[in-house]
Amino acid sequence: MNRETTTGTSVPFYRDERILQVLGQIAFVLGVFLFGYFIFHNMLVGLQKQGMTLGVSFLKGTSGFDIGETLVEYSRNATYLRAYLVGLLNTLLLSALGIVFATVFGVILGVARLSTNLLINRLAAFYLEVIRNLSLLVFLIFWYLGVFLKLPRVKQAIIWPGSIFLTNRGVGIPWGVPSGTFPTYRWILFLGLILTVGLGLVLNARGKRTGRPPMTLLWMLVTFFAVAVVGWLILPESPLMLELPYVKGLNLAGGKILSPEFMALLSGLVLYTAAFIGEVVRAGIQSVSRGQIEAARALGLNGFQTMRLVVFPQALRVIIPPLTSQYLNLTKNSSLAVAVGFPDVFYVSNTIINQSGRAVEMITLVMLTYLTFSLVTSFFMNWYNQKIKLVER
Amino acid sequence: MRKVFTVLAVLVVASLLLAACGSGQQSTAGGEKMIETVVVTVEVPAAGGDAPAPPPPAGYGETLKTVQDRGKIICGVNSQVPGFGYVDASGNFTGFDVDFCRALAAAVFGDPTKVEYRPVTASERFTALQSGEIDILSRNTTWTLTRDTELGGNFVQTTFYDGQGMMVPKDSGVTTLKDLDGGTVCVQTGTTTELNLADVMAAQGIAYTPAVYDDADSTFAAYSEGRCDAVTTDKSGLVSRRAVLSDPENHVILDVTMSKEPLGPMVRHGDDQWFDIAQWTVFTMIAAEEYGLSSTNVDDMKTSATNPEVKRILGVEGDMGTKLGLSNDFAYNIIKMVGNYAEVYNRNLGPDTLTYIPRGLNSLYTNGGILYAPPFR
Repeated sequence: MNRETTTGTSVPFYRDERILQVLGQIAFVLGVFLFGYFIFHNMLVGLQKQGMTLGVSFLKGTSGFDIGETLVEYSRNATYLRAYLVGLLNTLLLSALGIVFATVFGVILGVARLSTNLLINRLAAFYLEVIRNLSLLVFLIFWYLGVFLKLPRVKQAIIWPGSIFLTNRGVGIPWGVPSGTFPTYRWILFLGLILTVGLGLVLNARGKRTGRPPMTLLWMLVTFFAVAVVGWLILPESPLMLELPYVKGLNLAGGKILSPEFMALLSGLVLYTAAFIGEVVRAGIQSVSRGQIEAARALGLNGFQTMRLVVFPQALRVIIPPLTSQYLNLTKNSSLAVAVGFPDVFYVSNTIINQSGRAVEMITLVMLTYLTFSLVTSFFMNWYNQKIKLVER
Repeated sequence: MRKVFTVLAVLVVASLLLAACGSGQQSTAGGEKMIETVVVTVEVPAAGGDAPAPPPPAGYGETLKTVQDRGKIICGVNSQVPGFGYVDASGNFTGFDVDFCRALAAAVFGDPTKVEYRPVTASERFTALQSGEIDILSRNTTWTLTRDTELGGNFVQTTFYDGQGMMVPKDSGVTTLKDLDGGTVCVQTGTTTELNLADVMAAQGIAYTPAVYDDADSTFAAYSEGRCDAVTTDKSGLVSRRAVLSDPENHVILDVTMSKEPLGPMVRHGDDQWFDIAQWTVFTMIAAEEYGLSSTNVDDMKTSATNPEVKRILGVEGDMGTKLGLSNDFAYNIIKMVGNYAEVYNRNLGPDTLTYIPRGLNSLYTNGGILYAPPFR
């Protein structure tokens, strides 16, 4: 067991490096566990002295409070768990929309930053430099108090063409209301989806067989779109009826009313994160060596083709990892909704803590929620990253 | 290098083992840890569901000892409600609830300045109290059953009997709650106000949208921007916040009382002595008004009083203070340095202030109110 040294004598176990290494690691892990147990036990004793215990059955209690914006049915007689679900869905909606818009705007900014047109270049540079130096909280509060709450009152609403109402009680946009034929339409769309996926698989197989990859994604999109349009037209009654917003008493009604809190949060988060994404995209595009572009031009590809076929696929490999971080940032930054009064998951859990007194359980739940969001997002992004990685020898 | 690391790791583990095996540890207010050999570490049942907790070990005397060792009381207060808890132009905390903290310091230390004020928001106040960050919460907090039980606190005698009200702009034409149907109401989160609003509106069948904010400043800022048609909180809060709006005369408080809101200080479960001290500080101030003792005449009364009750209050006879764990002139200190209930009320909410609220229910029981102190005997 003892290691042989160069002179032939063996090393005793208490000086043997390999054993000491293992012992050291065991000792460290033990230390961490003991520390964790110590502080956990401390907390339990402290809670118990006030007659409080830990447990999650309180979530079945009646919440008693109303929430201003909900995606699902909710009333003050619902349980705390239901309230938490409402907050969770609000966060998901905000994050999903935020990620989509921020990516689009960020890519535009990144490409603009590299444009040869001096005006566009400078404007993009100015935007990127200024926004990245702002504090997000201040930025959000500016959007809320400085922009969306300064819109006129409902009686003097600004009305844009297309029936868009701008007031300080919210932005009203026309929206589709499901009619009687909507369930049928959902089935048509579902069938269309199956058809599209099937087509994608067939095209991919054909591409592998013949060696000439077809434009699979484009064909899939065209098919789905065609099914959607045809399905809409052949139904006797339009599945979605257009509803326009209008002034009703003290507030807006009809269509979709986006609250100033939601608009402020979305605007602030999108514009802020887009600046960071813009820089990431710019870095990615600039990481592709000039030789690639020159070679592509030499082959006779024009500017747009070069970007699509040569530059962007290579740039994507550099862009994806930092882009993942920005997505996670956006999701977690959505918890700043407390500052503007939008009921996201953190805000609702704050109210639950205050009404039920269960701080430890709720904070743990919120941490686990955000952890799950982050893990799912990064899992998906890492899978995509793996798919587009350069396979090197 | 690797050997040094492993030796260090072993030393760390050994010291942690020693520390963890020490006698019962507890965290005290202010985050200091004391090795207290009087309190025995209780084995808590594994956190699997809601098994009923064994009776809490007696914490009698802990808080007073901690406070005395520290040399000051840490008091959780409001910083956004003029008249109750507010920071004045020179940066000092003033207000009705703040004066109660000063009275407590006068009782414990004989010096009303030995207080550290922690402004806490509505959502963090109970956690701050439960965790020991503050010794007492004096922040216009409503006494409810849930807070008395589940939130791990005990309510001291109510210092201000209030009710929930609604404030609207004068030109909105709203006179009753029903006029708010379909409207938006600004409210602060984590308060009984939020729950009462939901209850009352549902009971009267009024549809409304709540706009909820984290603190009083944001709530009233949104209201003055016109984000909502009305704002709701305790009537005392409405009066005091209206006084600091840019145009107080354009806002009217509706003549509706939506709930009972008995406001008073709150202490943690588990220390009966500290609860008694806080309780009898309030009673001292009420009894002082009842017997005509004030900061101006208490010195004379100490020497010339004939009423045995007054003599006991001022410590001339008996040992009322000692029974509480304080000195016998605790009540004298309170009255002399802070004042009786009427003085405190008039200083903060009286006719000369911007936040004038008629005493109403907050008068002595002999004057048509419900303030009543038990005997000092």
